[in-house]
Amino acid sequence: MALQRITSPHMHAAQTTQRVMQLLLLATVPGLIALSWHFGWGSLINIAIASVTALVCEASIVALRKRPVWFYLHDCSALVTAVLIGLALPPLVPWWVVVVGTAFAIIIAKHLYGGMGYNPFNPAMVGYVVLLISFPIEMTTWPVAQSILPEGKVLPGLGESLQIVFQFSGTAIDGYTAATPLDSFKHSSGLLVEQFYDQNVWFVNGRWAGAGWEWVNLGFFAGGCFLLYQRVFTWHAPVAMLTTLTIMAWLNYDGGSSGSHGPATLHLLSGATMLGAFFIVTDPVTSAVSNRGRLIYGALTGILIFVIRAWGNYPDAVAFAVLLMNFAAPFIDYYTLPRTYGHDKRNRGTATLDASKQDTAKKD
Amino acid sequence: MKKTWDIHGGIHPPENKSQSLQRAISNVPMPDVLILPLNQHIGASALPLVKPGDTVLKGQMIAEPNGFISAAVHAPTSGTIAAIEERPISHPSGMSAPCIVLHSDGDERWVEGPPPADYQSLSPAQLLTIIRDAGITGMGGAGFPTAVKLQPRQSIDTLIINATECEPYITADDILIRERTEDIVTGIDILAHILGRPEQILIGIEDNKAEAYEALEPLLKDTAIELVEFPTKYPSGGEKQVIQILTGQEVPSGKLPAELGIVCQNVGTVYAIFRAVCKGEPLVSRITTVTGNSCRTPGNYEVLIGTPAVHLLTAAGFDEFLCQRLILGGPMTGYTLNDLSAPVIKSTNCLLAADAAESPQQGIPQACIRCGHCAEVCPAKLLPQQLFWYARSKDYDKLAAYHLGDCIECGACSYVCPSEIPLVQYYRAAKAEIRVMEQENIAADRSRQRFEYHQERLAKAEQEKIAKREARKKAAEQAKLSAQDNENIDTEDTDVVAAALARVRSSKPSPEEEHKRLQRAVMAAESRLAKARANHELCAADDPRRASREATLEQARLRHNEAVEQLTRHTDSNDTSKEQQNHTAEIPARTQHQNQNQNQDTVALDRAQLAIEQAQQRAAQQAEMSAQEKLQLQCDSLRKRLAKARDRLKQAESDADDNIEAYATAVTKLEDKLAVRQAEVEQGLAKTPAESDS
Repeated sequence: MALQRITSPHMHAAQTTQRVMQLLLLATVPGLIALSWHFGWGSLINIAIASVTALVCEASIVALRKRPVWFYLHDCSALVTAVLIGLALPPLVPWWVVVVGTAFAIIIAKHLYGGMGYNPFNPAMVGYVVLLISFPIEMTTWPVAQSILPEGKVLPGLGESLQIVFQFSGTAIDGYTAATPLDSFKHSSGLLVEQFYDQNVWFVNGRWAGAGWEWVNLGFFAGGCFLLYQRVFTWHAPVAMLTTLTIMAWLNYDGGSSGSHGPATLHLLSGATMLGAFFIVTDPVTSAVSNRGRLIYGALTGILIFVIRAWGNYPDAVAFAVLLMNFAAPFIDYYTLPRTYGHDKRNRGTATLDASKQDTAKKD
Repeated sequence: MKKTWDIHGGIHPPENKSQSLQRAISNVPMPDVLILPLNQHIGASALPLVKPGDTVLKGQMIAEPNGFISAAVHAPTSGTIAAIEERPISHPSGMSAPCIVLHSDGDERWVEGPPPADYQSLSPAQLLTIIRDAGITGMGGAGFPTAVKLQPRQSIDTLIINATECEPYITADDILIRERTEDIVTGIDILAHILGRPEQILIGIEDNKAEAYEALEPLLKDTAIELVEFPTKYPSGGEKQVIQILTGQEVPSGKLPAELGIVCQNVGTVYAIFRAVCKGEPLVSRITTVTGNSCRTPGNYEVLIGTPAVHLLTAAGFDEFLCQRLILGGPMTGYTLNDLSAPVIKSTNCLLAADAAESPQQGIPQACIRCGHCAEVCPAKLLPQQLFWYARSKDYDKLAAYHLGDCIECGACSYVCPSEIPLVQYYRAAKAEIRVMEQENIAADRSRQRFEYHQERLAKAEQEKIAKREARKKAAEQAKLSAQDNENIDTEDTDVVAAALARVRSSKPSPEEEHKRLQRAVMAAESRLAKARANHELCAADDPRRASREATLEQARLRHNEAVEQLTRHTDSNDTSKEQQNHTAEIPARTQHQNQNQNQDTVALDRAQLAIEQAQQRAAQQAEMSAQEKLQLQCDSLRKRLAKARDRLKQAESDADDNIEAYATAVTKLEDKLAVRQAEVEQGLAKTPAESDS
């Protein structure tokens, strides 16, 4: 029998890229359930359309690049992008919006940069922002939550939802839509926070941050905790992001005047905060590498989210904050290298051979 | 309870240690052939002391250390040396290397040695000699000569005994502590004695070795030795890591633990030291774990160094068909063996015969997703992922700046990589390439130095040449001065003459040398003549070669005469005194030298005189001619001389002659002069001869 010559180590931990991606998909389930419970079938339809688009795009690009198609499909990374887009888009958005966004994410944001592991920007967020800028009306048409619909009215069923999405009949979504809690809050000028909370349907029917939305965020939070437990990523980036967002909200909260930017609970449990904290900011490819770097990356993302929400034109702060920080990630990496064992000083990414030589020469 | 520190990162792979801990240490039947590589350690290969056919006794030194960092090899049993040749050895490369092949006679006859003394009464130096003579090297894996490690330049205040054994599957140290506890404690005391009783003596042990801990603890009650238990984590057992865990200190990059006043020794090494000092036995056997699903009776075996792997595996019930990968060492840092005949060496702590389930095929590496798990587990706090990028792009400067050299190749990064990238393999390859580059740099530096020395030598030679030339110029000027005394000489020609004179003087060998050369020639001619004469006499009258012999004789005779004549002439011309005519006569060297110098000058001056006379004659002739004719003649002669001078210059150029400058000046001067004369001639032609005459 010929013995194999293989270099060490001869053991490997079970965690593979594929498994990481599958865990990520699994972790979206609580959030997805909450979304579907409160906003109907739309998110599930979004995910289905996005997944098909993503797989088709991924397969054709991989084939064009003359790479083994199955090898690249079975790492599930395209599915993760698709699911994240599906979750981020408003439910019941026209099908072509989903297709355009997903195709752009996979083809342009991912594969044109070299594919898996090489993309500098989070593909799902690129897709989302492209849609937001290109189709603002479709992208800001969020349905209302089931709980705040007038008595006797229900969200469209699966069949009706499909009709709305694929625009077969004249069924319009208009009857079910309203501005999101964050949007409503932004445009609530003239009202004290307390008054607004007492008057706005979202807050009248919700507990902390708007009916439905708070549960969706709590769902994503639960999924994130599961991923942390599974050691898919470290706590640094999400915790830093949520902390700075809280601090920013708290610092800028003036006790509830009409010019207030809202309490911390609103910022933490509304919009895409939790989805961003646990599923977007933690994307390894586009974030900082070291734990210290992740702390900085997460913290700055949190600050940016608040800044955009408070003073920006778009309410969709998470996507923009993440994309801006994607830019900064390599820069953060440069200055957050760990101190290697047996060395006095922290490494610098700008370090050259000469510098390290001088370093050792000094020690001698 | 002593405080312990945590190392950065680390992993918790399945331990798989229980399989080999089911039975006590067992012996292996004596193999017929033992293969003893001359290099089982870090450092220079040992030098064989035996030759094929020699009979050796157990424990006899059969190869001695070659230099300070080297280790001896001893016969593990009595028998006959069959060969000293290349054999496959236990090495990651699977290469062959020189080995002593020993055929055992099965008698196990020990070599006679002095009875072991009480180590307390021995000096550290004597103990170190015993350890060195016993051929002991680090038993934990690297195999660094122990005696060298035990005599650091710094004073040692901490002795660490590494009983961590963090790598999965391996239990050799564990079982050694359990079964030979007292010997280990004695061995530690010997080490403490050698190191001058350090302040701290610590045994570092992971908390997965409860039995070993319980065995050791009662024996350490009244000693200075402290047993420190810490949580199990791979790779706590690395030297740098165990030092960090027990002392909180980090070994500075590129330095040895001794810089911190720390010496670290493995339990197996301690046991070998005990055997050498207290039993007088050199290192001829060790405890090796044989385990893996392909072994029916996994366990720890006391095995002779040099035992072929296949022999040991057979003793452990090896199933060749189950075995997927045969690993020497543990699953994290061990290397695969591809020859079953490779021997167990001093540092072989484990043979892992893994089946397919234990050693799954390495998957196809996927793209790095920058998850950073590798950096989280790296005990050296490196950024394995950055190193991977730079290793792939062969950016060696960056690799050095990111401290690739501090990578201990523990394999934790590869173990956790979700994309199954063989990271350690990339680092090994990059390290090897960097090593090669460094060697090339050293070679390049050397050749640059060589070139610089060469340039220096050339410059020196050039300066000497210039100095010589200056000297010659001076001599020429002197000659010029003396020549100016002569009224009729054409002053314009003097420097050429002087140059010629100087040339004659410098090119001419000293008369003394010439004399010696001629003497040698005469002697050579004489011996040739004698030989020819003898040949001629030996020849019978009817010999067909006689004619040619005769011719040779005649020729030799002529040559001899010629040589003698030359010598006489030389002597005559040189010597003024009569006694010097006899070439065998001894003359006081100094007078002869002076005489010769004078003679040389006379000869040169004679020549100059001749030239001057010729010039005077020419001048007299010219005086008789009309001015115009004179000019014409001068022109012609100048032209001739110019042509000659040019030829000479050309010749000098092609020969790279030293006097090339002198020739060049001569040519330019002649050219100038010719130009002047020609102008005069043309002027003369334009005017009347009478006018030009005036």
